[in-house]
Amino acid sequence: MISSFTYARPKTLQEAVELLAKPGARAHAGGTDLLGCLRDEVFSAEKVVSLSGLSELKTIVPSPLGLHVGALTTLAQVASYKPISGMYRALAEGAAAAASPQLRNQGTLGGNLCQRPRCWYFRGEFSCLRKGGETCYAYDGENQYHSLFGPGPCFIVHPSDTASPLVALEAKFRIAGPAGTRTVDAEAFFVLPDAEVQKENVLKAGEILTEVFLPAQAGLLSTYRKVRSRGAWDFALAGAAVALVVAGGKVAKARVVLSGVAPVPWRAKKAEEALTGKALDPAVIRAAAEAATAGAQPMSGNAYKVDLLRGAVEEALRAIA
Amino acid sequence: MTEKDGKEGCGDGCPHGVSRRGFMTRVGAGTIGLGVAAAAGTAEATVHEIPPGEPHRVTLTVNGTTHRLLVEPRETLLYVLRERLGMTATKPGCERGECGACTVLIDGAARYACLTLAVEAEGHEVTTLEGLTKGEEPGAVQRAFMDEDALQCGYCTPGQIVAAEGLLRARPDPTLEEIRTGMSGNLCRCGAYVHIFRAVKKASVLRKDAGR
Repeated sequence: MISSFTYARPKTLQEAVELLAKPGARAHAGGTDLLGCLRDEVFSAEKVVSLSGLSELKTIVPSPLGLHVGALTTLAQVASYKPISGMYRALAEGAAAAASPQLRNQGTLGGNLCQRPRCWYFRGEFSCLRKGGETCYAYDGENQYHSLFGPGPCFIVHPSDTASPLVALEAKFRIAGPAGTRTVDAEAFFVLPDAEVQKENVLKAGEILTEVFLPAQAGLLSTYRKVRSRGAWDFALAGAAVALVVAGGKVAKARVVLSGVAPVPWRAKKAEEALTGKALDPAVIRAAAEAATAGAQPMSGNAYKVDLLRGAVEEALRAIA
Repeated sequence: MTEKDGKEGCGDGCPHGVSRRGFMTRVGAGTIGLGVAAAAGTAEATVHEIPPGEPHRVTLTVNGTTHRLLVEPRETLLYVLRERLGMTATKPGCERGECGACTVLIDGAARYACLTLAVEAEGHEVTTLEGLTKGEEPGAVQRAFMDEDALQCGYCTPGQIVAAEGLLRARPDPTLEEIRTGMSGNLCRCGAYVHIFRAVKKASVLRKDAGR
């Protein structure tokens, strides 16, 4: 059984922020990652602060400027909400490709973005860097599911299937905290391990991700391609979210954001450059897919991911073309 | 321990008045009750807060029946269903959201009871496998699983059936691909998948015939 904790279910966001600002407090959204981590003693919680009483974070509100998606919207709702399956299709596909049907019914968009990594050393009984230890065990160890990109010194991959689509779609994340609210670009929400080795994002004590805003962009097309070792219920070995603004038969703007290969959603800027200003023909697509792998630094067990990545980007671009 | 609309018992399908498990569960209630009285005095005025280890009174609606019982915050719905309510159809498997043996419906949608705190289920409709039968009469999905021989050892079967029920409530006439996706959160060690997919298809027909 999970170790004992105090449980609080605040009725307002302000109360939730105050409770979460105290040491040892952990936020409970859908609870699927939290309970798994507590059971496996990845971390402990003195207090679990349930956000389930905050109904204002469960809504999706369209506006002329875009779509406001509450952080407590379930992955199943995100996957099936019609307006998301239009220009924001990459997000709907990412949400639909995450986890299993049961977890999508329970897990939230905010929770999916804030979940802890799946590295087996981090999840196992290893005092690794991310848990405050001295060593990354993956670097010299079993690293077939680890990163191709990133500065180290920790080689996790970000586990979310919605993070890369949101970076591709240039989403904005709204954060509530003790000092008020702030908004950050999706890309700036995630942090690399050379800056913060024990955190995956910029949230400080007491801060809660409350809303994801998807800006409307004329001519925007997007898709997400995920490669995993079986057809369902698995994390990405490699993936690609692509968002293109196409005008007059040419790519006016491109974002190619990789999943499953870096500690954060990883922008493949060389691929974006290879697409911008071009018509989306097979030669351009192949060149962009090749460019997406530029700078990959495989370790002893994960070089196979380079090929998967190239294929994922190529398939995503073909799906749009 | 449990108060089921005034009568106490072992759960919905129990033919006897009081089961051994139900009796054992209730015997512990007296001492736990003291904890709640103490906790109520220290609760914060604005925020609903339950201290660690303190049993807390919750009202759970399971298969249409209201149960008032005492749970600790850390207790999962899976634990409370089995150990407090004596409803053992919901199975513990991996207990980390990977196998699906503990699948229940919450407000009609399939979820893992092992990753749901019992306190979080308050105010929602919980449906377990026991709730899909009418007395000893199997429900449409159970009938289809028997007809299509969709099991070997049977341990994952309750979770498979509840997951199928959730799928069919959302999609009454699923394609094979939708069935494969919809059932992907449930593992079967025996590998009865092909029969399970067939059973879900058959269940969709049986449900239609039954006018649901």
